[in-house]
Amino acid sequence: MGSITLEKVSKSFGTTAVIPEIDLEIVDGEFVVFVGPSGCGKSTLLRMIAGLEDLSGGRIIIDGKNMSSEAPAKRGLSMVFQSYALYPHMSVYGNIAFPLKMDGQDKAAIDKKVKDAAHILNLTNYLDRRPGQLSGGQRQRVAIGRAIVRQPKAFLFDEPLSNLDAALRGNMRLEISDLHHQLKTTMIYVTHDQVEAMTMADKIVVLNAGRIEQVGSPLELYKTPKNVFVAGFIGSPRMNLIEGQEAAKHNAVTLGVRPEHVRISKTEGAWKGTVGVTEHLGSDTFIHVQVDGLGKITVRTDGDFSTDFGQQVFLTPEPARLHRFDANGQAI
Amino acid sequence: MATLQTRATARLMMSPAVILLFLWMIVPLVMTLYFSFLRYNLLMPGTEEFIGFLNYQYFLTDPAFFTALGNTLMLVGGTLLITVIGGILLAIVLDQPFWGQGIVRLLVIAPFFVMPTVSALVWKNMLMHPVNGLFAWIARSFGFQPIDWFAQLPLFSIILIVAWQWLPFATLILLTALQSLDGEQIEAAEMDGAGALSRFYYLVLPHMSRAITVVILIQTIFLLSVFAEILVTTNGGPGLQTTNITYLIYAQALLQFDVGGASAGGIVAVILANIVAFFLIRLIGKNLER
Repeated sequence: MGSITLEKVSKSFGTTAVIPEIDLEIVDGEFVVFVGPSGCGKSTLLRMIAGLEDLSGGRIIIDGKNMSSEAPAKRGLSMVFQSYALYPHMSVYGNIAFPLKMDGQDKAAIDKKVKDAAHILNLTNYLDRRPGQLSGGQRQRVAIGRAIVRQPKAFLFDEPLSNLDAALRGNMRLEISDLHHQLKTTMIYVTHDQVEAMTMADKIVVLNAGRIEQVGSPLELYKTPKNVFVAGFIGSPRMNLIEGQEAAKHNAVTLGVRPEHVRISKTEGAWKGTVGVTEHLGSDTFIHVQVDGLGKITVRTDGDFSTDFGQQVFLTPEPARLHRFDANGQAI
Repeated sequence: MATLQTRATARLMMSPAVILLFLWMIVPLVMTLYFSFLRYNLLMPGTEEFIGFLNYQYFLTDPAFFTALGNTLMLVGGTLLITVIGGILLAIVLDQPFWGQGIVRLLVIAPFFVMPTVSALVWKNMLMHPVNGLFAWIARSFGFQPIDWFAQLPLFSIILIVAWQWLPFATLILLTALQSLDGEQIEAAEMDGAGALSRFYYLVLPHMSRAITVVILIQTIFLLSVFAEILVTTNGGPGLQTTNITYLIYAQALLQFDVGGASAGGIVAVILANIVAFFLIRLIGKNLER
C-alpha cells in the first residue's frame, strides 16, 4: 500500500516561501509526475515527502499515518537521486544489499533479494563491479535496484534521467514505466522535461513558483489546460499564444492554438505570413512562420510538406481546437 | 604533441635545476658514506684512517641503538594514532555548521605555525612543569599529586607535544576530504536506514581512507626525524628513555665528537627510513588503486 496525502504542506527558507501551501492526494499504485520549470519547488516538495527536508507547516500522511516528522528511513519510501548517489567504494552487490543490511536481515535473505533485483534490472553480470566501472544507464539501474529491494510503499525519483544521453533516456523511460507495471507500487517522479511527464505519468502535477497549477492525466492537461502556464508548458513544440486584436475577436485576452491544430496552405487561409526556419524531423515538419500582426506561429505538418525560406503561406487555425484565456490567464 | 626539438629544449632548460638538486642530495650523502668508513674523532685530529665496517659494527651493537629504535617507533606510532583519530573527530566537528566556525577553524590550525622549539618550551615550562605548570595546578586544585611529566612519563610527554603540533595538519587534510563527500550519498544512506554510526563506518571512513593514508605517509616522514622537541625538553633522558635515532646520532657526533660513528648511524637511519617508505608506498598504492 502506498497512498500519500499532503495537507496544507508549506516550506520556507528564512523569509522566502518556496512552497506557499499545497494539498495533494496520491492514490496507491499511481505514477505521479511533478513537472515544472527549474526552481519551481518540485524537488523540494519531493525531498519533504522523503523526509530529507523539514516541513514549515502542514502534514504528510502516508498510508493513513501522519509521517510529517518521522525520520526518512521510517517512512518506508525509497528514493533515486539525480546523481544516483551510489556508494563508490562498494560493489554493485554491496550497494543493492546496503539497505537490507542496515535493516538487519540475514545473509541468505539479502542474497536472494539482491539476486532477484539484479535479475529484474539486467545487472546479474555486473554484481562484482564498482559504480565507477559502470556506464550511466547501468548506474541508474543500480540506483533503482537499491530502491526496489526495500519493497517500499512508494518510489521517489528526483530527475533520474537528466544525466543520460537522449537515446538512453528514451530507453530508461520505458524501463521505468515497465517496472511500474510490474511492481504496481506508487511512484512519484520529478522532472522538468514535459516529454517525460507526458509519456510516463498516470497523473501529472504541474508546479509553478511553489503552487500547483493543474493536476490531471496527460491528455487532460493537453486538451484542457486550465491556464496559460499549463498551456505553454505541456506539449512540444509549445502552444502558440496570441494576444491583441486577433484574441479579442474570439472574446479572449490570450488565444492559444497548438502547432498541430494549424493548417498550412500555399494558396488560401485566415492568416498570411512568411516562412522562417523549417525543421524536418522526417515524420513531421515544424515550420516557424512570421505572421503579420501576430508574431511567430509554429506549425506542425506532415513530413512531406516542403517550403522555402521567405515563401508566402497562409495559416488557418482549427476553430474547435482554440484555447481562450482571460486577463488572469485562466481558461474561459 | 611535442616535437623532438621542444623536448630537447625542455630537457636543456630543466637541467640546471635538476643538476643542482641532484648535487644538493648526492654530495652530503657521499660525504656521509665516506666518513662512515673512517675513524674520525674530533678529539683526535689527524688520526683519520679507513677502518671498514667497524663504525657500523659499533653503532648496530650499541644497546642504545635498539632503545633508540624502539623509542623512534613508539614516537611515530603514538603520534600517528593520536593525530589520525583526533584529526578525524576534529574534522567531523569542524564540518558541522556552527556559529564562529571560521575563527574556530583558524584556531585549530594555529599550532602548526608555532615552531617546534617554541611549542616544546611552552609545553615544558607553562603546561607540564611540575611546580609552575597548568597541569600541576589543575591536579593540585583537585587535591592530587602533580605529575612530573618529563621524569615519570618522558616519552609520552614528547608524543603529546609532537601530536599537538601535527594534529592541525591531520585535521586540515581530513576536513577537506570530508567536505568533498557527496551530500546525496549521505542522504541516500539516511533513506536506506543507516544510523549516524553506520553512515560513518560505511560511507565517511571509506571516503576518507585515501586522505588518511596521505596523512600517515607525510607525517611518518617528518616524525622519523623529530629532534627539536627532545633537545629542548629532555635531552634524550632520563637515561635513554626519550632518545630516538636522530637524537642518538646527534649525541654521537656533537656530544661524543665521533663523526665516523655518527655518519654510520646516519646511513643506518637512511636505510631504515627507506624500509618504512617502501611499506608505506605499497600501502598507498593499494589505496589508490581503488
